[in-house]
Amino acid sequence: MDADLLTQILFAAIKTGTPLLFIALGEVICEKSGILNLGQEGMMLMGAVVGFIAAYSTGSMGLGVLGAVIMGAFMSLIFAVLVLQLGANQVATGLALTIFGTGLSAFIGSSVVGQTLPGFAPIALPVLSNIPFIGDIFFKHDILVYLSFVMTFVLYIVVNKTRLGLTLKAVGENPNAANAIGIKVLQVRYLAIMFGGAMAGISGAYMSLVYTPMWVENMTAGRGWIALALVVFASWRIGRIMLGAYLFGLASIMHLVLQGFGWSISPNLLAMLPYVATVIVMVIISADQFKEKLLAPRSLGKPFDPRNMA
Amino acid sequence: MIRIQARTEPSSVMKFASPLIAILLTLIFGSVLFSAIGKDPLQALHVLLIAPLSDSYNIGEMFVKMGPLLLCAVGLAICYRANMWNIGAEGQLLAGALGGSAMALYLIDSDSIFALPLTLIAGIVSGMLWSAIPTFLKLRFNSNLILTTIMFNYIALYLLIWAVHGPLRDPQGFGFPESAMFADATLLPTLFEFSRIHLGIVFAVIAGIIGWFILSKTHLGFQIRVLGADEPAARYAGFNSKKLSWFVMLFAGALAGLAGVGETTGPIGQLVPNVSPGYGYSAIIVAYLGRLHPIGAILAAIFMAILYMGGDLAQIELGIPVAVVSMFQGVLLFFLLACDFFINNRLIFSQQATN
Repeated sequence: MDADLLTQILFAAIKTGTPLLFIALGEVICEKSGILNLGQEGMMLMGAVVGFIAAYSTGSMGLGVLGAVIMGAFMSLIFAVLVLQLGANQVATGLALTIFGTGLSAFIGSSVVGQTLPGFAPIALPVLSNIPFIGDIFFKHDILVYLSFVMTFVLYIVVNKTRLGLTLKAVGENPNAANAIGIKVLQVRYLAIMFGGAMAGISGAYMSLVYTPMWVENMTAGRGWIALALVVFASWRIGRIMLGAYLFGLASIMHLVLQGFGWSISPNLLAMLPYVATVIVMVIISADQFKEKLLAPRSLGKPFDPRNMA
Repeated sequence: MIRIQARTEPSSVMKFASPLIAILLTLIFGSVLFSAIGKDPLQALHVLLIAPLSDSYNIGEMFVKMGPLLLCAVGLAICYRANMWNIGAEGQLLAGALGGSAMALYLIDSDSIFALPLTLIAGIVSGMLWSAIPTFLKLRFNSNLILTTIMFNYIALYLLIWAVHGPLRDPQGFGFPESAMFADATLLPTLFEFSRIHLGIVFAVIAGIIGWFILSKTHLGFQIRVLGADEPAARYAGFNSKKLSWFVMLFAGALAGLAGVGETTGPIGQLVPNVSPGYGYSAIIVAYLGRLHPIGAILAAIFMAILYMGGDLAQIELGIPVAVVSMFQGVLLFFLLACDFFINNRLIFSQQATN
């Protein structure tokens, strides 16, 4: 395998990993606040379809992304009200969100099936793209990929270096204690959930505006679920999410890699790879029970009812 | 002023009323939605809910759809009772279809009376195997059951697609990705002349009754319920939670596998890529709507099967995409979860409150 092909593969791994990066960043923030939202797949599909329809009808890719963000946040608001206000089970509510989003996206997307969009054009960043090898892999992408770099960096700083990050983690670790020191737990969780929804929206928009770029029913093909696994893989750390997203991107384009080695395997078997890889990775990560317990937000998935607090 | 007050005792009335209210609210949501897209809401609801029961053929088709839904839902209900979040009924169903089909194709020249039982067993065992892997990974390696079972849904789907494109493809099928038609000896007999209702519905209802019996009448069921409601108590009582987890998962896998092989040896008669229109996912809602109770699941499966049938009819008669069915399912679950709030809480009006 020559250097040229390797560059192409790594470039493609980043492109393929980008939607996973967006959605997993959103989910990690949500989970840090103690909320497990299994509705990612549904929100992502809604982001994809609304992003596509918005871009298709206005002719503006930017409005497409904006529409997807708003839609993702709105979808997560349904989840937030049920879980935070009505104390509904997070697992069941998340599943409902995914089932609802899958159906609704197919329903409203039926009018634009078969349409295509130009997509975002790649932009070679000045200076950076001239770095040998690295420049070809990282700095000749479209604007959303750069946005994902920026988001990763900003979230890393916010979570690890700011008071806001501390508040978020306090809510996820021990909501009762956070409440006692005057943090508005529900408010923080609302914001974290809606941030997660907005990111799932962008992630969907990336699929339908850049990656494919068109709308096909169920086009996210389980990426929302893989993102949930990615958060476990990254043990709730932002930097590792980026690495993980690109590794999963690589697993998804394994057919390119194998062709590079001159192997040919049925594309349907190769399509299984990201899911198999996800299972294997999860097993390896979770097998160390002590470590996982140490890293996961302590109140993850558990309800918090301020009315029970005297 | 309306205030919310926690009930001292969970309301048993609301526990049963909640699904009915949720269904009603879903129908109202549907009417608004249909009006919004310029369809006559009454006509749409008629097509979705009444037309599926309007003639004997449609009723038959309704039962054909109810079978796999109920089989999967009974298994899931018991898993959820034990706090095992198995989302993998879809994959277990597909694995059952695949394993059963491999056996049926192996027996394609057979006219033995054992051909059908062998095929069904192959399907059941395949479904069990497909639920066994995530169970093993959870119990041995502590991996998240929700995520692994979902991954196995996708893996099963691609495995099935690979099989119908490759080893199980009909050599005389003009290259279509589907298997040869199964021999009569491996087909489930139909029950009536007028419809495609087959033995699968009988299996499903029996499964519901067995599920109810295990859960409500046996010590095993008691242990499962304690495990789900209060794990420390179950541990204190010395229940073997690993054994119970294995039981519920393998039971669910077996039923989902039977649902899968029932589809291929029943109404379809061969292995095709789209064996299931998402029965395994819908069964999650059926299980919830049936209050995680096997008998409740029977009623819920009837409702969901009507909705599926109605979705088919709505596509033909109103040009509405079949996807509305899963949209309604999601909305139904939202409303159900919201209504369940009132099992443990009640609204009180300020005048009452001051009394």
